[in-house]
Amino acid sequence: MVERVHHITDLEELERVAIHGRTSLYPDRIKILIGMATCGRAAGAEEVLEKVREVVAQKKLPYIVAETGCIGWCSQEPLLDIWVPGRPRVTYGKVTPKQVPEILAALPEAKPKLALAIMTGDDNPLTGKHADYCNGHGSKVDGLPSYAELPLFRRQLRIVMRNCGILDPSSLEEYAARGGYHALWTALWSRKPEEVVREVTDSGLRGRGGAGFPTGRKWQAVRDAKGSPKYVICNADEGDPGAYMDRGVLEGDPHSVIEGMIIGGYALGAHEGVIYVREEYPLAVARVTAAIHQAERADLLGDDILGSGFAFHIEVAQGAGAFVCGEETALIASIEGRVGEPRPRPPYPAEKGLWGKPTCINNVETWATVPVIVSRGSAWFSGIGTERSKGTKVFSLVGSVANTALIEVPMGTTLHDVVEEIGGGVPDGHKVKAVQTGGPSGGCIPAEKLDLPVDYESLNAAGSIMGSGGMIVMDDQTCMVDIAKYFLDFLQDESCGKCFSCRVGTQRMKEIVTRISEGKGTEQDLDLLEDVAWMVSETSLCGLGQSAPNPVLSTLRYFRGEYLAHIRDHKCPAKVCKELITYTIDPVTCNGCGACVSLCTGQAVVGEKNKLYTIEQARCTKCGACLESCKFDAVLVN
Amino acid sequence: MPTVETPILDETIVDKYEERRANLVPILQDIQATYSYLPEELLRRVSRKLHVSLSDVYQLATFYRCFSLKPRGRHVVQVCLGTACHVRGGPKILDRVETETGTVGLGTSPDMEFVVETVRCLGCCGLAPVMKVDRDVYATLEQSKIKRVLNRYRKKRPAGKDATDG
Amino acid sequence: MVRLTINGSPVQVDEGSTVLEAARLYGIPIPTLCHADGLTPYGACRLCVVEVGTAPKSRLAASCTTRATEGLMVRTDSARVDRARRLLLEMYVATSPQSKRIQDLASAMGMRECRYEAKHETCIQCGLCVRICNEQMMAGAIGFSGRGTTRKVSRPFDQTADVCRQCGACLYVCPVSELRCQAGSADTALCNGCLNFSPPCFDSYDDAMCFLEPCHACELAGPFRADARTKIRAAATAR
Repeated sequence: MVERVHHITDLEELERVAIHGRTSLYPDRIKILIGMATCGRAAGAEEVLEKVREVVAQKKLPYIVAETGCIGWCSQEPLLDIWVPGRPRVTYGKVTPKQVPEILAALPEAKPKLALAIMTGDDNPLTGKHADYCNGHGSKVDGLPSYAELPLFRRQLRIVMRNCGILDPSSLEEYAARGGYHALWTALWSRKPEEVVREVTDSGLRGRGGAGFPTGRKWQAVRDAKGSPKYVICNADEGDPGAYMDRGVLEGDPHSVIEGMIIGGYALGAHEGVIYVREEYPLAVARVTAAIHQAERADLLGDDILGSGFAFHIEVAQGAGAFVCGEETALIASIEGRVGEPRPRPPYPAEKGLWGKPTCINNVETWATVPVIVSRGSAWFSGIGTERSKGTKVFSLVGSVANTALIEVPMGTTLHDVVEEIGGGVPDGHKVKAVQTGGPSGGCIPAEKLDLPVDYESLNAAGSIMGSGGMIVMDDQTCMVDIAKYFLDFLQDESCGKCFSCRVGTQRMKEIVTRISEGKGTEQDLDLLEDVAWMVSETSLCGLGQSAPNPVLSTLRYFRGEYLAHIRDHKCPAKVCKELITYTIDPVTCNGCGACVSLCTGQAVVGEKNKLYTIEQARCTKCGACLESCKFDAVLVN
Repeated sequence: MPTVETPILDETIVDKYEERRANLVPILQDIQATYSYLPEELLRRVSRKLHVSLSDVYQLATFYRCFSLKPRGRHVVQVCLGTACHVRGGPKILDRVETETGTVGLGTSPDMEFVVETVRCLGCCGLAPVMKVDRDVYATLEQSKIKRVLNRYRKKRPAGKDATDG
Repeated sequence: MVRLTINGSPVQVDEGSTVLEAARLYGIPIPTLCHADGLTPYGACRLCVVEVGTAPKSRLAASCTTRATEGLMVRTDSARVDRARRLLLEMYVATSPQSKRIQDLASAMGMRECRYEAKHETCIQCGLCVRICNEQMMAGAIGFSGRGTTRKVSRPFDQTADVCRQCGACLYVCPVSELRCQAGSADTALCNGCLNFSPPCFDSYDDAMCFLEPCHACELAGPFRADARTKIRAAATAR
């Protein structure tokens, strides 16, 4: 889209930019919006976009074709939205290039057969306003539910994700149209720095990166710290496997993070910011870098922001493939050109951070929330959530759940409601076994405890942590011993290796759990495991090591029976651990089609076509390809 | 464009950076992106240019997963082993990829076509299991699809899903 | 000056001191492996952990890298610290059973059991060699490479760097390179030699044969052990 360069030095100019943005957000022509975040692309959104452009060009259709970020309904990607002025916005899911001509040909009517849901307007939590799309053409489309009715969306309160899936992330104008940079204006021109800090403190906002430290208290510590210059850092090293909330925000609404950081810089007396993004997120890096350049050209970043005299610059630093760099002191070391080895705390980065100076590090979600708190006020924000956990939290709801999605719910929503109502429950007739939160630093909450509210204290008490927001639903096909082994494997891989407790402790824990998973464990191994876990959590140098035993300890706490089954009965109840299962072919149901033969890695499937096949156990590698390929359910796992 | 086999080293890749310690990782990332590995000669130059001990540069090059000291296979296959992909069959996909490329464990395949790596979370957990080949991401994989996906890249220059620019 | 409390007693140290330095100043013993006077504290071995703070907010922290701050409460021998040291040492013994230093530390704690499989690793990654090369010898010829379980001390590109002066400081300072008394023969990870035998010299020769430092065995089980010294002194003055 054509980028007009604006030098925004007063509120009128900001309003003019916003008006331009409104004409592209809600144009007077038909707009086709395609979700082009990383998961959309993984599902094939690029081909859909190309096809749309092709059809529009060929038929000379007067439609606008635009890209947007993640609307959050990941299991339905690629998502394509049609905006017809005056009508509800219609979302099509699982779109293929083949369907594109059909969808476009039907316009301006919708094609309910292929569509998912409609939106009759959208809320803007930043301004508290609601934009209505429909005027006279009715607010219904036959056979299509509205987002407001869908269980997936009706419980959500999208504050951090306020613009994702709605605006084009490469448009500064659309961001302004949604109220963007107005909070920055308010902060710079109508608030003193200490007032901003107080607002954030009173809001009760707690760090969204995982530990949940009160953000206001951190900001105050940085303000009070002696030393200059001061720095502001955005931790976008989202390394928890299964978590992609930060990616969603950076790809879908990068300006929200930039605005939050500038406000933070103003509040803390810092003039330099760094956004540290993991290199595994090239699209997020590209989007945020482009947004920074846009903000610079518009004088929203630079030596004289919005004519206030306040100077702030942001640089992007990329990670280099180390989960430990999500730990704040390791992240700082990485920016300084060192290996990501954490440093003992205290001193905390607020006192001695980047280059030994006072530094405020916060997570992407935390920064994206700041403009909303400044605009709507701390009282509004603290009215959401529970007594000690205010506001909303973004979760990546993944695993064995019908609606894998990026959701944002008020703190206090129960896990049960998240999984069953929002997530749509476990598909294919399986049952929930556990919900894993907090990534490798967290734990598994068993099915019996799903009435737990999602807040910092409740999750801690249950042996897990809130973490960055990864929420993985596990069903009866998951072996909890295997999960413990998986996380130990991960931690061992990612441990920086400096301190003995973590480096050797996780290795030893992994040896023990592996033994158990192979059916060679003893009951003394469980005591030993608990001793090692205690040692690692008590004596490790950094948070990675200190929380490394959590997955093991929480699975031992709630699923001890499963461990004992591996030990005493040499069985894996979930039929996962390779050494304890066998694949066989049922002679009754096998019809000799031979589909399983070609994929068998060990060439273990023997027999005659159209007669009967059997698996030679000695050669079976337990790859499971036969189970995957058999259409007759003839492959059995014991 | 230097080939994997005989890189022609251009030292301006190091020289164009300012002598700040903070530039160490970006310089290495630049070299890695250009040559698909970190040639020893260039690392020695970095050490001299930035006045950092060679031990320190070597430590950085071996600590971070995105760096490689040896030339890697032409196409980078990254199988996601994040938690969501793990519960949806990620390890089986990895085994299948290793079998199909001929790599024993992780690393470069014998024909230098592929380098197989694991990555913990590409952020597409909703569509697990996921794998990435060069810049293309493939989702909702099954073992039976692997061979076809890999064949799109065999014997071609680093190309995308739409391999018609061959 | 900074005032803090160690094991219930008020102590005073210079600003900028670590808790380990404070304890050493007052003669309070804390075991260490990766610490060496003259080298910067590293905090890798974790053996020097002490309990800081007051319940319920107390935690274990490595005393070598914890600053002594005004009003800090430190306990060097609480039950929690003792458990941590024992578990750590048990794992150290299993990792490098051939190290005399580690065996001595284990015997000093009266350790009788090692539940892990022995690994015989020749490096515990205490970092002393790297630090002495960097800080004392100003060479930087060796460093760490890799990460996690692949982390090790190495020469860049596995070639001796030009800056290496072959001084041998790295060998000198290594706590694992000194082999234990029963180096070759013992089948078990934990040798317990010191705890299980009486030193021969005193009983056979009526004299201690060590003039500089008593054998560890003697310190633990022989006539030079703490409770026996008073008897010796009493016997000597009586003669």
